[in-house]
Amino acid sequence: MNGLSSKARERLLYLISPIGLIVIWQVLLMLGIGDRRFIPAPSDIAERFVKLTASGELEWHVAVTLYRVFLGYVIGAVPAVAVGLLMAMFKPVRVFFDPLIAALFPIPKIALMPLLLLAFGFGDASKVALVAIAVFFPVVINTYVGAANIEKIYWDVAKNYGASQSVMFRRIVFFGALPTIFAGLRIALAVSFIVLVASEFVATKSGIGYLIWNSWELLQVDVMFVGIVTIGVLGLITSVLFQEIERWAIPWKTE
Amino acid sequence: MAAERRGAAIDIVGLRKEYVSGAGRVVALDDIDLHVAPGEFVCIVGPSGCGKSTLLRILAGLAQETSGTIKVEAPGWAVENAMVFQESGLFPWMNVETNVGFGLSTRGVPAAEAAARVDAALKLVGLTKFRRHYPHQLSGGMRQRSAIARAFVTDPGMLLMDEPLAALDAQNRAILQAELLRIWEQTRKTVIYITHSIEEALLLGDRTVVMTAQPGRIKTIIDVPFPRPRDLMTLSASPEFGRLKLDIWRVLEDEVTRARAEEET
Repeated sequence: MNGLSSKARERLLYLISPIGLIVIWQVLLMLGIGDRRFIPAPSDIAERFVKLTASGELEWHVAVTLYRVFLGYVIGAVPAVAVGLLMAMFKPVRVFFDPLIAALFPIPKIALMPLLLLAFGFGDASKVALVAIAVFFPVVINTYVGAANIEKIYWDVAKNYGASQSVMFRRIVFFGALPTIFAGLRIALAVSFIVLVASEFVATKSGIGYLIWNSWELLQVDVMFVGIVTIGVLGLITSVLFQEIERWAIPWKTE
Repeated sequence: MAAERRGAAIDIVGLRKEYVSGAGRVVALDDIDLHVAPGEFVCIVGPSGCGKSTLLRILAGLAQETSGTIKVEAPGWAVENAMVFQESGLFPWMNVETNVGFGLSTRGVPAAEAAARVDAALKLVGLTKFRRHYPHQLSGGMRQRSAIARAFVTDPGMLLMDEPLAALDAQNRAILQAELLRIWEQTRKTVIYITHSIEEALLLGDRTVVMTAQPGRIKTIIDVPFPRPRDLMTLSASPEFGRLKLDIWRVLEDEVTRARAEEET
Protein backbone atom coordinates (compact mmCIF):
# COMPACT_ATOMS: atom_id res chain seq x y z
CA MET A 1 0.00 0.00 0.00
CA ASN A 2 3.04 2.21 0.41
CA GLY A 3 3.14 2.98 -3.28
CA LEU A 4 -0.31 4.59 -3.12
CA SER A 5 -0.93 8.20 -2.33
CA SER A 6 -3.02 8.84 0.76
CA LYS A 7 -5.88 9.96 -1.47
CA ALA A 8 -5.82 6.72 -3.48
CA ARG A 9 -5.73 4.77 -0.25
CA GLU A 10 -8.72 6.70 1.06
CA ARG A 11 -10.65 5.89 -2.11
CA LEU A 12 -9.72 2.21 -1.81
CA LEU A 13 -10.93 2.16 1.80
CA TYR A 14 -14.23 3.40 0.47
CA LEU A 15 -14.83 -0.04 -1.05
CA ILE A 16 -14.03 -2.13 2.00
CA SER A 17 -17.33 -1.94 3.87
CA PRO A 18 -19.62 -2.90 0.93
CA ILE A 19 -17.33 -5.77 -0.09
CA GLY A 20 -17.12 -6.97 3.51
CA LEU A 21 -20.90 -7.04 3.74
CA ILE A 22 -21.23 -9.14 0.60
CA VAL A 23 -18.67 -11.67 1.81
CA ILE A 24 -20.44 -12.11 5.17
CA TRP A 25 -23.79 -12.50 3.38
CA GLN A 26 -22.46 -15.23 1.08
CA VAL A 27 -20.78 -17.11 3.92
CA LEU A 28 -23.90 -17.04 6.11
CA LEU A 29 -26.09 -18.50 3.33
CA MET A 30 -23.50 -21.13 2.43
CA LEU A 31 -23.54 -22.17 6.09
CA GLY A 32 -27.29 -22.70 5.70
CA ILE A 33 -28.36 -19.74 7.79
CA GLY A 34 -31.38 -18.30 5.96
CA ASP A 35 -33.68 -19.64 3.23
CA ARG A 36 -32.13 -19.29 -0.20
CA ARG A 37 -35.54 -19.18 -1.92
CA PHE A 38 -36.32 -15.90 -0.22
CA ILE A 39 -32.85 -14.59 0.42
CA PRO A 40 -30.62 -15.48 -2.52
CA ALA A 41 -26.87 -15.61 -1.99
CA PRO A 42 -24.66 -13.03 -3.70
CA SER A 43 -23.55 -15.79 -6.09
CA ASP A 44 -27.20 -16.44 -7.12
CA ILE A 45 -27.70 -12.74 -7.64
CA ALA A 46 -24.49 -12.55 -9.68
CA GLU A 47 -25.66 -15.39 -11.85
CA ARG A 48 -28.98 -13.66 -12.49
CA PHE A 49 -27.12 -10.44 -13.07
CA VAL A 50 -25.02 -12.04 -15.82
CA LYS A 51 -28.17 -13.39 -17.50
CA LEU A 52 -29.95 -10.06 -17.34
CA THR A 53 -26.99 -8.16 -18.73
CA ALA A 54 -26.38 -10.71 -21.46
CA SER A 55 -29.91 -10.12 -22.74
CA GLY A 56 -29.43 -6.36 -22.49
CA GLU A 57 -32.50 -6.07 -20.30
CA LEU A 58 -30.71 -4.69 -17.25
CA GLU A 59 -28.77 -2.15 -19.28
CA TRP A 60 -32.02 -0.88 -20.72
CA HIS A 61 -33.58 -0.39 -17.29
CA VAL A 62 -30.41 1.26 -15.95
CA ALA A 63 -30.28 3.61 -18.91
CA VAL A 64 -33.92 4.61 -18.46
CA THR A 65 -33.46 5.19 -14.72
CA LEU A 66 -30.26 7.20 -15.18
CA TYR A 67 -31.87 9.28 -17.89
CA ARG A 68 -34.81 10.15 -15.63
CA VAL A 69 -32.59 10.87 -12.62
CA PHE A 70 -30.19 13.02 -14.60
CA LEU A 71 -32.86 15.05 -16.34
CA GLY A 72 -34.93 15.55 -13.18
CA TYR A 73 -31.84 16.38 -11.16
CA VAL A 74 -30.72 19.11 -13.53
CA ILE A 75 -34.23 20.53 -13.95
CA GLY A 76 -34.64 20.66 -10.16
CA ALA A 77 -31.15 21.75 -9.07
CA VAL A 78 -30.43 24.63 -11.46
CA PRO A 79 -33.44 26.78 -10.54
CA ALA A 80 -33.00 25.77 -6.87
CA VAL A 81 -29.50 27.28 -6.81
CA ALA A 82 -30.72 30.45 -8.53
CA VAL A 83 -33.72 30.87 -6.21
CA GLY A 84 -31.60 30.15 -3.11
CA LEU A 85 -29.06 32.81 -4.07
CA LEU A 86 -31.76 35.36 -4.90
CA MET A 87 -33.46 34.65 -1.58
CA ALA A 88 -30.27 35.42 0.27
CA MET A 89 -29.67 38.63 -1.66
CA PHE A 90 -33.14 40.14 -1.93
CA LYS A 91 -35.64 40.29 0.87
CA PRO A 92 -38.78 40.35 -1.35
CA VAL A 93 -37.67 37.10 -2.98
CA ARG A 94 -37.13 35.62 0.45
CA VAL A 95 -40.53 36.76 1.70
CA PHE A 96 -42.15 35.23 -1.38
CA PHE A 97 -40.48 31.83 -1.26
CA ASP A 98 -40.06 31.27 2.48
CA PRO A 99 -43.66 30.27 3.29
CA LEU A 100 -43.95 28.21 0.11
CA ILE A 101 -40.86 26.22 0.96
CA ALA A 102 -41.88 25.84 4.60
CA ALA A 103 -45.29 24.47 3.53
CA LEU A 104 -44.17 22.22 0.66
CA PHE A 105 -40.90 20.83 1.98
CA PRO A 106 -42.40 18.44 4.56
CA ILE A 107 -44.78 16.81 2.04
CA PRO A 108 -43.40 13.38 1.11
CA LYS A 109 -42.70 13.95 -2.55
CA ILE A 110 -43.86 10.51 -3.59
CA ALA A 111 -47.34 11.57 -2.44
CA LEU A 112 -47.38 13.88 -5.44
CA MET A 113 -47.02 11.01 -7.90
CA PRO A 114 -50.77 10.55 -8.65
CA LEU A 115 -51.06 14.28 -9.22
CA LEU A 116 -48.07 14.26 -11.55
CA LEU A 117 -49.48 11.31 -13.45
CA LEU A 118 -52.59 13.38 -14.04
CA ALA A 119 -50.57 16.36 -15.12
CA PHE A 120 -47.84 14.71 -17.19
CA GLY A 121 -49.26 11.34 -18.15
CA PHE A 122 -47.65 7.91 -17.91
CA GLY A 123 -44.47 8.70 -19.81
CA ASP A 124 -41.07 9.85 -18.55
CA ALA A 125 -42.29 13.39 -17.87
CA SER A 126 -44.13 12.54 -14.66
CA LYS A 127 -41.10 10.74 -13.18
CA VAL A 128 -38.71 13.47 -14.25
CA ALA A 129 -41.00 16.07 -12.69
CA LEU A 130 -41.12 14.14 -9.42
CA VAL A 131 -37.33 13.94 -9.26
CA ALA A 132 -37.06 17.64 -10.07
CA ILE A 133 -39.46 18.58 -7.28
CA ALA A 134 -37.73 16.32 -4.76
CA VAL A 135 -34.31 17.69 -5.72
CA PHE A 136 -35.44 21.30 -5.59
CA PHE A 137 -36.02 21.49 -1.83
CA PRO A 138 -32.74 20.30 -0.31
CA VAL A 139 -30.81 22.32 -2.89
CA VAL A 140 -32.76 25.55 -2.46
CA ILE A 141 -32.56 25.35 1.34
CA ASN A 142 -28.84 24.62 1.37
CA THR A 143 -28.10 27.31 -1.16
CA TYR A 144 -30.04 29.88 0.81
CA VAL A 145 -28.43 28.92 4.12
CA GLY A 146 -24.97 28.93 2.55
CA ALA A 147 -25.45 32.30 0.88
CA ALA A 148 -27.09 33.90 3.90
CA ASN A 149 -24.27 32.82 6.19
CA ILE A 150 -21.40 34.14 4.12
CA GLU A 151 -19.12 35.94 6.54
CA LYS A 152 -19.86 39.62 6.78
CA ILE A 153 -16.29 40.59 6.01
CA TYR A 154 -16.64 39.31 2.42
CA TRP A 155 -19.64 41.56 1.84
CA ASP A 156 -17.69 44.46 3.34
CA VAL A 157 -14.64 43.83 1.20
CA ALA A 158 -16.72 43.42 -1.96
CA LYS A 159 -18.63 46.61 -1.26
CA ASN A 160 -15.55 48.61 -0.37
CA TYR A 161 -13.82 47.40 -3.54
CA GLY A 162 -16.62 48.54 -5.78
CA ALA A 163 -18.60 45.35 -6.45
CA SER A 164 -21.92 45.84 -8.26
CA GLN A 165 -24.98 43.71 -7.48
CA SER A 166 -24.11 41.45 -10.37
CA VAL A 167 -20.49 41.00 -9.24
CA MET A 168 -21.75 40.36 -5.72
CA PHE A 169 -24.03 37.64 -7.10
CA ARG A 170 -21.64 35.93 -9.48
CA ARG A 171 -18.33 36.25 -7.69
CA ILE A 172 -19.11 36.50 -3.98
CA VAL A 173 -22.46 34.99 -3.01
CA PHE A 174 -22.32 32.07 -5.43
CA PHE A 175 -18.79 30.98 -4.57
CA GLY A 176 -19.20 31.72 -0.89
CA ALA A 177 -22.22 29.43 -0.81
CA LEU A 178 -20.70 26.75 -3.07
CA PRO A 179 -19.50 24.35 -0.32
CA THR A 180 -22.99 24.40 1.24
CA ILE A 181 -24.62 24.13 -2.19
CA PHE A 182 -22.63 20.96 -2.79
CA ALA A 183 -23.81 19.54 0.52
CA GLY A 184 -27.38 20.12 -0.70
CA LEU A 185 -26.64 18.61 -4.12
CA ARG A 186 -25.26 15.51 -2.45
CA ILE A 187 -28.43 15.03 -0.38
CA ALA A 188 -30.47 15.68 -3.52
CA LEU A 189 -28.59 12.96 -5.38
CA ALA A 190 -29.67 10.32 -2.87
CA VAL A 191 -33.20 11.72 -2.70
CA SER A 192 -33.54 11.61 -6.48
CA PHE A 193 -32.81 7.86 -6.61
CA ILE A 194 -35.18 7.21 -3.72
CA VAL A 195 -38.19 8.98 -5.23
CA LEU A 196 -37.52 7.78 -8.75
CA VAL A 197 -37.34 4.10 -7.90
CA ALA A 198 -40.51 4.45 -5.84
CA SER A 199 -42.26 6.22 -8.71
CA GLU A 200 -41.19 3.48 -11.14
CA PHE A 201 -43.16 0.96 -9.08
CA VAL A 202 -46.34 2.17 -10.74
CA ALA A 203 -47.52 3.12 -14.20
CA THR A 204 -44.41 2.30 -16.18
CA LYS A 205 -42.78 -0.64 -17.95
CA SER A 206 -39.18 0.45 -17.62
CA GLY A 207 -36.55 1.47 -15.10
CA ILE A 208 -34.97 -0.29 -12.13
CA GLY A 209 -38.00 0.45 -9.96
CA TYR A 210 -40.19 -1.37 -12.45
CA LEU A 211 -37.75 -4.30 -12.52
CA ILE A 212 -37.91 -4.62 -8.73
CA TRP A 213 -41.68 -4.31 -8.51
CA ASN A 214 -42.32 -6.66 -11.44
CA SER A 215 -40.04 -9.32 -9.96
CA TRP A 216 -41.97 -9.10 -6.68
CA GLU A 217 -45.19 -9.76 -8.56
CA LEU A 218 -43.58 -12.75 -10.31
CA LEU A 219 -41.81 -13.80 -7.07
CA GLN A 220 -38.40 -13.73 -8.77
CA VAL A 221 -36.50 -12.80 -5.63
CA ASP A 222 -33.09 -12.96 -7.31
CA VAL A 223 -34.17 -10.46 -9.98
CA MET A 224 -35.48 -8.22 -7.22
CA PHE A 225 -32.06 -8.34 -5.58
CA VAL A 226 -30.34 -7.60 -8.87
CA GLY A 227 -32.47 -4.46 -9.03
CA ILE A 228 -31.76 -3.49 -5.44
CA VAL A 229 -28.03 -4.07 -5.79
CA THR A 230 -27.97 -2.18 -9.08
CA ILE A 231 -29.53 0.83 -7.40
CA GLY A 232 -26.97 0.58 -4.61
CA VAL A 233 -24.11 0.38 -7.10
CA LEU A 234 -25.51 3.28 -9.13
CA GLY A 235 -25.75 5.29 -5.89
CA LEU A 236 -22.16 4.44 -5.02
CA ILE A 237 -20.80 5.27 -8.47
CA THR A 238 -22.64 8.57 -8.71
CA SER A 239 -21.57 9.46 -5.18
CA VAL A 240 -17.88 8.83 -5.98
CA LEU A 241 -18.26 10.75 -9.24
CA PHE A 242 -19.90 13.53 -7.31
CA GLN A 243 -16.96 13.72 -4.89
CA GLU A 244 -14.59 14.09 -7.83
CA ILE A 245 -16.67 16.91 -9.26
CA GLU A 246 -16.73 18.58 -5.85
CA ARG A 247 -12.94 18.35 -5.52
CA TRP A 248 -12.61 19.95 -8.92
CA ALA A 249 -15.24 22.66 -8.32
CA ILE A 250 -14.05 23.73 -4.86
CA PRO A 251 -10.26 23.74 -5.04
CA TRP A 252 -10.08 26.06 -2.03
CA LYS A 253 -11.87 23.65 0.29
CA THR A 254 -9.49 22.50 3.01
CA GLU A 255 -9.53 18.76 3.58
CA MET B 1 6.36 63.35 -10.74
CA ALA B 2 4.96 60.51 -8.65
CA ALA B 3 6.68 61.96 -5.58
CA GLU B 4 4.70 65.18 -5.99
CA ARG B 5 1.48 63.32 -5.79
CA ARG B 6 -0.14 63.48 -2.37
CA GLY B 7 -3.00 61.45 -0.93
CA ALA B 8 -6.50 62.54 -0.09
CA ALA B 9 -7.39 65.35 2.30
CA ILE B 10 -9.92 64.39 4.96
CA ASP B 11 -12.06 66.84 6.87
CA ILE B 12 -14.32 65.44 9.58
CA VAL B 13 -16.47 67.89 11.54
CA GLY B 14 -18.82 67.10 14.42
CA LEU B 15 -19.22 63.46 13.51
CA ARG B 16 -21.66 61.45 15.59
CA LYS B 17 -22.76 57.86 15.30
CA GLU B 18 -25.55 56.30 17.31
CA TYR B 19 -27.02 52.89 16.98
CA VAL B 20 -29.91 51.11 18.60
CA SER B 21 -28.90 48.25 20.83
CA GLY B 22 -31.58 46.31 22.68
CA ALA B 23 -33.62 48.81 24.65
CA GLY B 24 -31.44 51.89 24.38
CA ARG B 25 -29.40 53.98 22.01
CA VAL B 26 -25.66 53.68 22.16
CA VAL B 27 -23.45 56.57 21.15
CA ALA B 28 -20.52 54.98 19.38
CA LEU B 29 -18.86 58.20 18.24
CA ASP B 30 -19.43 61.73 19.42
CA ASP B 31 -18.10 65.10 18.45
CA ILE B 32 -15.28 63.84 16.26
CA ASP B 33 -13.27 66.62 14.59
CA LEU B 34 -10.31 65.50 12.58
CA HIS B 35 -8.40 67.08 9.72
CA VAL B 36 -5.95 64.96 7.85
CA ALA B 37 -3.49 66.55 5.44
CA PRO B 38 -2.83 65.03 2.01
CA GLY B 39 -0.31 62.21 2.32
CA GLU B 40 -0.44 62.13 6.09
CA PHE B 41 -0.14 58.91 8.09
CA VAL B 42 -2.51 59.08 11.06
CA CYS B 43 -2.72 56.34 13.67
CA ILE B 44 -5.68 55.90 15.97
CA VAL B 45 -5.34 54.18 19.34
CA GLY B 46 -7.97 53.70 22.00
CA PRO B 47 -9.54 51.16 24.32
CA SER B 48 -11.74 48.45 22.79
CA GLY B 49 -15.22 49.73 22.10
CA CYS B 50 -14.08 53.30 21.54
CA GLY B 51 -15.62 53.30 18.08
CA LYS B 52 -12.38 53.52 16.13
CA SER B 53 -13.43 50.75 13.79
CA THR B 54 -16.80 52.46 13.35
CA LEU B 55 -15.01 55.63 12.32
CA LEU B 56 -13.05 53.69 9.74
CA ARG B 57 -16.16 51.94 8.45
CA ILE B 58 -17.89 55.28 8.00
CA LEU B 59 -14.89 56.57 6.03
CA ALA B 60 -14.98 53.37 3.95
CA GLY B 61 -18.66 53.83 3.13
CA LEU B 62 -19.62 50.67 5.02
CA ALA B 63 -21.55 52.54 7.73
CA GLN B 64 -23.57 55.72 7.79
CA GLU B 65 -22.93 58.58 10.21
CA THR B 66 -25.85 59.84 12.34
CA SER B 67 -24.81 63.48 12.03
CA GLY B 68 -21.81 65.61 11.19
CA THR B 69 -19.93 66.00 7.94
CA ILE B 70 -17.11 64.15 6.27
CA LYS B 71 -15.34 65.62 3.30
CA VAL B 72 -12.76 63.64 1.42
CA GLU B 73 -10.90 65.20 -1.46
CA ALA B 74 -8.92 62.81 -3.58
CA PRO B 75 -8.30 64.55 -6.88
CA GLY B 76 -6.31 62.55 -9.40
CA TRP B 77 -6.71 59.23 -7.61
CA ALA B 78 -8.38 56.26 -9.21
CA VAL B 79 -10.56 55.56 -6.18
CA GLU B 80 -11.22 57.45 -2.99
CA ASN B 81 -10.31 54.75 -0.50
CA ALA B 82 -9.41 51.13 -0.02
CA MET B 83 -9.64 49.26 3.25
CA VAL B 84 -7.35 46.62 4.70
CA PHE B 85 -9.17 44.47 7.23
CA GLN B 86 -7.79 42.80 10.32
CA GLU B 87 -8.56 39.27 9.16
CA SER B 88 -7.32 39.96 5.62
CA GLY B 89 -10.77 39.28 4.13
CA LEU B 90 -9.21 37.57 1.13
CA PHE B 91 -11.86 35.60 -0.73
CA PRO B 92 -11.03 31.92 -0.09
CA TRP B 93 -12.33 30.93 -3.53
CA MET B 94 -9.99 33.22 -5.45
CA ASN B 95 -6.26 32.72 -5.78
CA VAL B 96 -3.85 35.47 -4.76
CA GLU B 97 -3.71 37.16 -8.13
CA THR B 98 -7.49 37.21 -8.57
CA ASN B 99 -7.91 38.53 -5.04
CA VAL B 100 -5.37 41.28 -5.63
CA GLY B 101 -7.01 42.24 -8.92
CA PHE B 102 -10.53 42.19 -7.49
CA GLY B 103 -10.89 45.95 -7.05
CA LEU B 104 -9.67 46.48 -10.63
CA SER B 105 -12.06 43.99 -12.21
CA THR B 106 -15.06 45.47 -10.38
CA ARG B 107 -14.18 48.89 -11.75
CA GLY B 108 -13.81 47.78 -15.33
CA VAL B 109 -10.06 48.30 -15.66
CA PRO B 110 -9.04 46.71 -19.00
CA ALA B 111 -7.60 43.22 -18.55
CA ALA B 112 -4.13 43.99 -19.89
CA GLU B 113 -3.71 47.05 -17.70
CA ALA B 114 -5.12 45.21 -14.68
CA ALA B 115 -2.67 42.33 -15.21
CA ALA B 116 0.27 44.72 -15.37
CA ARG B 117 -0.83 46.52 -12.22
CA VAL B 118 -1.40 43.24 -10.36
CA ASP B 119 2.10 42.13 -11.41
CA ALA B 120 3.56 45.32 -10.01
CA ALA B 121 1.60 45.07 -6.76
CA LEU B 122 2.60 41.43 -6.25
CA LYS B 123 6.21 42.39 -6.81
CA LEU B 124 5.86 45.25 -4.34
CA VAL B 125 4.82 42.85 -1.56
CA GLY B 126 7.04 39.96 -2.70
CA LEU B 127 4.31 37.49 -3.59
CA THR B 128 4.97 36.96 -7.30
CA LYS B 129 5.82 33.29 -6.75
CA PHE B 130 2.60 32.69 -4.82
CA ARG B 131 0.20 34.30 -7.28
CA ARG B 132 -1.64 31.06 -8.04
CA HIS B 133 -1.94 29.98 -4.40
CA TYR B 134 -5.24 30.07 -2.56
CA PRO B 135 -5.45 31.98 0.74
CA HIS B 136 -5.59 28.80 2.83
CA GLN B 137 -2.22 27.81 1.40
CA LEU B 138 -0.58 31.00 2.65
CA SER B 139 0.82 32.02 6.04
CA GLY B 140 -0.87 34.80 8.00
CA GLY B 141 1.83 37.25 6.95
CA MET B 142 1.43 36.40 3.28
CA ARG B 143 -2.33 36.81 3.54
CA GLN B 144 -1.95 40.29 5.01
CA ARG B 145 0.57 41.11 2.28
CA SER B 146 -1.97 40.08 -0.34
CA ALA B 147 -4.60 42.21 1.35
CA ILE B 148 -2.25 45.19 1.35
CA ALA B 149 -1.44 44.60 -2.32
CA ARG B 150 -5.16 44.40 -3.10
CA ALA B 151 -5.62 47.83 -1.50
CA PHE B 152 -2.60 49.50 -3.12
CA VAL B 153 -3.31 48.17 -6.59
CA THR B 154 -6.55 50.15 -6.85
CA ASP B 155 -4.52 53.35 -6.42
CA PRO B 156 -6.68 54.84 -3.64
CA GLY B 157 -6.30 58.37 -2.34
CA MET B 158 -6.46 57.02 1.18
CA LEU B 159 -5.83 53.69 2.80
CA LEU B 160 -8.00 52.65 5.71
CA MET B 161 -6.27 50.06 7.82
CA ASP B 162 -8.06 48.33 10.68
CA GLU B 163 -5.38 46.66 12.81
CA PRO B 164 -4.00 44.98 9.71
CA LEU B 165 -1.03 43.42 11.49
CA ALA B 166 -2.61 42.61 14.86
CA ALA B 167 -3.03 38.90 14.14
CA LEU B 168 0.62 38.38 13.17
CA ASP B 169 3.54 37.21 15.29
CA ALA B 170 6.14 39.77 16.38
CA GLN B 171 8.70 39.09 13.63
CA ASN B 172 6.20 39.14 10.81
CA ARG B 173 4.66 42.29 12.20
CA ALA B 174 8.04 44.06 12.30
CA ILE B 175 8.82 43.00 8.73
CA LEU B 176 5.44 44.13 7.43
CA GLN B 177 5.65 47.42 9.32
CA ALA B 178 8.92 48.16 7.56
CA GLU B 179 7.44 47.17 4.20
CA LEU B 180 4.38 49.26 4.77
CA LEU B 181 6.53 52.30 5.57
CA ARG B 182 8.61 51.72 2.45
CA ILE B 183 5.53 51.45 0.23
CA TRP B 184 3.91 54.45 1.86
CA GLU B 185 7.01 56.58 1.40
CA GLN B 186 7.01 55.65 -2.29
CA THR B 187 3.34 56.36 -2.87
CA ARG B 188 2.47 59.07 -0.34
CA LYS B 189 -1.08 58.00 0.11
CA THR B 190 -3.04 59.26 3.07
CA VAL B 191 -3.30 56.49 5.67
CA ILE B 192 -5.68 56.09 8.58
CA TYR B 193 -4.32 53.25 10.65
CA ILE B 194 -6.04 51.73 13.65
CA THR B 195 -3.88 49.87 16.12
CA HIS B 196 -3.80 48.58 19.69
CA SER B 197 -0.08 49.07 19.87
CA ILE B 198 1.29 52.45 20.99
CA GLU B 199 4.72 51.48 19.66
CA GLU B 200 3.25 50.76 16.27
CA ALA B 201 1.47 54.11 16.24
CA LEU B 202 4.69 55.93 17.09
CA LEU B 203 6.69 53.97 14.53
CA LEU B 204 4.30 54.47 11.64
CA GLY B 205 2.34 57.66 12.12
CA ASP B 206 2.84 61.38 11.68
CA ARG B 207 0.24 61.88 14.38
CA THR B 208 -1.42 59.62 16.91
CA VAL B 209 -5.08 60.15 17.75
CA VAL B 210 -5.99 58.87 21.21
CA MET B 211 -9.67 58.05 21.68
CA THR B 212 -11.88 57.59 24.72
CA ALA B 213 -14.41 54.82 25.19
CA GLN B 214 -18.22 55.09 25.22
CA PRO B 215 -18.92 57.50 23.78
CA GLY B 216 -15.92 57.44 21.47
CA ARG B 217 -14.37 60.88 21.47
CA ILE B 218 -10.97 62.20 20.55
CA LYS B 219 -9.10 62.67 23.82
CA THR B 220 -5.90 64.07 22.43
CA ILE B 221 -3.84 64.16 19.26
CA ILE B 222 -0.10 63.75 19.59
CA ASP B 223 2.42 64.84 16.97
CA VAL B 224 5.05 62.21 16.40
CA PRO B 225 8.29 64.14 15.92
CA PHE B 226 10.64 61.42 14.69
CA PRO B 227 12.35 61.98 11.34
CA ARG B 228 11.83 59.51 8.52
CA PRO B 229 12.83 56.99 7.37
CA ARG B 230 12.18 55.36 10.72
CA ASP B 231 13.24 52.04 12.07
CA LEU B 232 11.79 50.41 15.16
CA MET B 233 15.07 49.30 16.73
CA THR B 234 16.76 52.72 16.63
CA LEU B 235 13.54 54.47 17.49
CA SER B 236 12.76 52.41 20.57
CA ALA B 237 16.25 53.15 21.95
CA SER B 238 15.60 56.90 22.02
CA PRO B 239 14.44 58.51 25.29
CA GLU B 240 11.88 60.64 23.41
CA PHE B 241 10.19 57.46 22.15
CA GLY B 242 9.94 56.09 25.69
CA ARG B 243 8.52 59.35 27.00
CA LEU B 244 5.82 59.58 24.31
CA LYS B 245 4.92 55.95 24.77
CA LEU B 246 4.46 56.52 28.49
CA ASP B 247 2.39 59.69 27.92
CA ILE B 248 -0.02 57.86 25.61
CA TRP B 249 -0.12 54.85 27.88
CA ARG B 250 -1.15 57.05 30.86
CA VAL B 251 -4.00 58.58 28.86
CA LEU B 252 -5.16 55.16 27.74
CA GLU B 253 -4.84 53.70 31.22
CA ASP B 254 -7.07 56.47 32.62
CA GLU B 255 -9.62 55.71 29.94
CA VAL B 256 -9.59 51.97 30.51
CA THR B 257 -9.94 52.45 34.28
CA ARG B 258 -12.78 54.91 33.83
CA ALA B 259 -14.61 52.69 31.36
CA ARG B 260 -14.28 49.73 33.69
CA ALA B 261 -15.54 51.73 36.69
CA GLU B 262 -18.59 52.80 34.67
CA GLU B 263 -19.32 49.24 33.63
CA GLU B 264 -19.30 48.12 37.25
CA THR B 265 -21.65 50.80 38.58
